[in-house]
Amino acid sequence: MSNFWAVFKREFKVYFTSPIAYAVMIIFLVTAGYFFFTGISYYSMLSFQASQNPQIYKVNLSDIVMNPLFGNISVVMLLMLPALTMRLFAEEKKTGTYELLFTYPLRDVEVLLGKYFAALGVFAVMVGLTGVYLIILLFFGKSIPDVVLAGYLGLFLMGAAFLALGILVSAMTENQIVASVVSFGLLLILWLLSWTSSMVGPQLGKVFEYLSLIKHFNNFSRGLLDTADLAYYLCFIFFFLFLTLRVLESKRWRG
Amino acid sequence: MIEVDHISKFFGPVPAVRDVTFQVGKGEILGFLGPNGAGKTTTMRILTGFFPPTSGSARIGGLDVFEKSLEVRKKIGYLPENVPLYKEMIVEDYLKFVAEVKGLDRSQRKKAVGQVVETCGLEPVIKRFIRNISKGFRQRVGLAQALIGDPELLILDEPTIGLDPKQIFDIRNLIRSYAGEKTIILSTHILPEVSMICERIVIINQGRVVAVDSPENLSSELSGSGRIRLRTGGPAEDVRAKLAQVDGVISLGESDGQGSFVIEIEPKEEIQPRLASAVIEAGWDLYELTPIAATLEDIFINLVTQESEEAETVSREDVSDE
Ligand SMILES: Nc1ncnc2c1ncn2[C@@H]1O[C@H](COP(=O)(O)OP(=O)(O)OP(=O)(O)O)[C@@H](O)[C@H]1O
Ligand SMILES: [Mg+2]
Repeated sequence: MSNFWAVFKREFKVYFTSPIAYAVMIIFLVTAGYFFFTGISYYSMLSFQASQNPQIYKVNLSDIVMNPLFGNISVVMLLMLPALTMRLFAEEKKTGTYELLFTYPLRDVEVLLGKYFAALGVFAVMVGLTGVYLIILLFFGKSIPDVVLAGYLGLFLMGAAFLALGILVSAMTENQIVASVVSFGLLLILWLLSWTSSMVGPQLGKVFEYLSLIKHFNNFSRGLLDTADLAYYLCFIFFFLFLTLRVLESKRWRG
Repeated sequence: MIEVDHISKFFGPVPAVRDVTFQVGKGEILGFLGPNGAGKTTTMRILTGFFPPTSGSARIGGLDVFEKSLEVRKKIGYLPENVPLYKEMIVEDYLKFVAEVKGLDRSQRKKAVGQVVETCGLEPVIKRFIRNISKGFRQRVGLAQALIGDPELLILDEPTIGLDPKQIFDIRNLIRSYAGEKTIILSTHILPEVSMICERIVIINQGRVVAVDSPENLSSELSGSGRIRLRTGGPAEDVRAKLAQVDGVISLGESDGQGSFVIEIEPKEEIQPRLASAVIEAGWDLYELTPIAATLEDIFINLVTQESEEAETVSREDVSDE
């Protein structure tokens, strides 16, 4: 446990000594901020109009506004999060620090989780900072829809899944650029899987739809909490962390 | 303390280490000597649990380095070849991190870091980023991280490479100061270094151990088939002709123009008196008659070239067999 902490603290701190984490955070906050303000203003406007003419606006506001809002933010995450995980193992392999790290009395799993949670921590800070936007909105008297909470949970789980895949790819290469491009590509494929489901026949289509990252997110961003979606993301994370562990072990074997 | 038992390591089809066996006693300083690509780093990586051997086994303090990797790694301080450090960290933070992963608890950490900072002379750079400090200090930080936690065994891969003479001197002294207290394995290409620091030498070439002995024994073993320097006032051609007839002389080198010859003699022959009387008989002046002790350089080159000649003849035989 203390080993996990040691690795975690180091990794977390190192993120803030490199420009990458700042770049990722700033871009994320700016774009997310834009989506938030336009989305929430649109929401307030529609809900105001709906209260005036209940007959015309019988629509589900969270579907028209909040779902696209979180959808947009998740696209930004898809683009940015591979930049957080790319360095985790690739950099150590390139610079050779890998050799020292793996000859210290640390278990592979402690190293892996320390690194993973550091990336997750940075991501949590990033998402947490968007909370400032909500506070500003509240301050200006706008109402915050309840779906926001579910949406946040969805964002966090999806981001955690992205990071788990990213760390696996980082463990397989010593080139950070390759790590980030490949993670992005794989995430994009998993993301789009549900779009192809209509083309591959009903059976396979169901499977694809189930595996798709975005499919499970849609419920969250509509404000629906389903344990199946929760389970999907947790399994996804566990699966990719497990694979990473195997990759680290096999590195020991092959040298 | 260390028992290496017939280990081999292949990278794909390429053997890096072949059937290496040696032991190191507790408190002993062992020098690992060999040319580039001999397999020194590979052997050390196996001992530190970085990767397992393809075959054979190694034990440290009775524990298999692969089966009981975690426990073994607790006993080892390791300085890898190119001193890979986290460049984006501050020296002090880095050392604290190492103390923590080596399992020292909070109260011990500070003390342990303070101790290695003092032994390795790191005070001037303690607050600086590792990427900004000089190579010499980086090497010392590398040594400091190996020393943290006071491990019983130090494995140092070329600890003095790339340092200036003063720093080399300091680091050698530091290593020597642990004699008898810690077990140390260090690798090097620098022969005087091993004879200065080490009690025992393993010479390794092309992945095989070619000699294991103390520096003194290795020297005396080879000085048997020794050489003698002789300087006389006689005319060079006559001297050559005369000395070639002396019993026990194998060959005579060219004169250096000042009447000095290097004479190769039969092993273990007490030949000096015969050479001296031959010179005096001829009526020349004798200025110098000294045995040339074989240096470690000679031994090293000798063993290493012998080995590759053998390997070559073996491979030629292989070819002719077919
Ligand atoms: N990861 C690897 N993959 C493939 N071959 C390797 C690997 N590591 C080492 N080798 C090969 O194994 C042999 C031994 O290498 P090693 O680094 O152990 O030599 P060394 O004695 O440390 O040499 P040097 O004095 O140059 O440091 C070399 O021929 C090297 O090319
Ligand atoms: Mg080496």
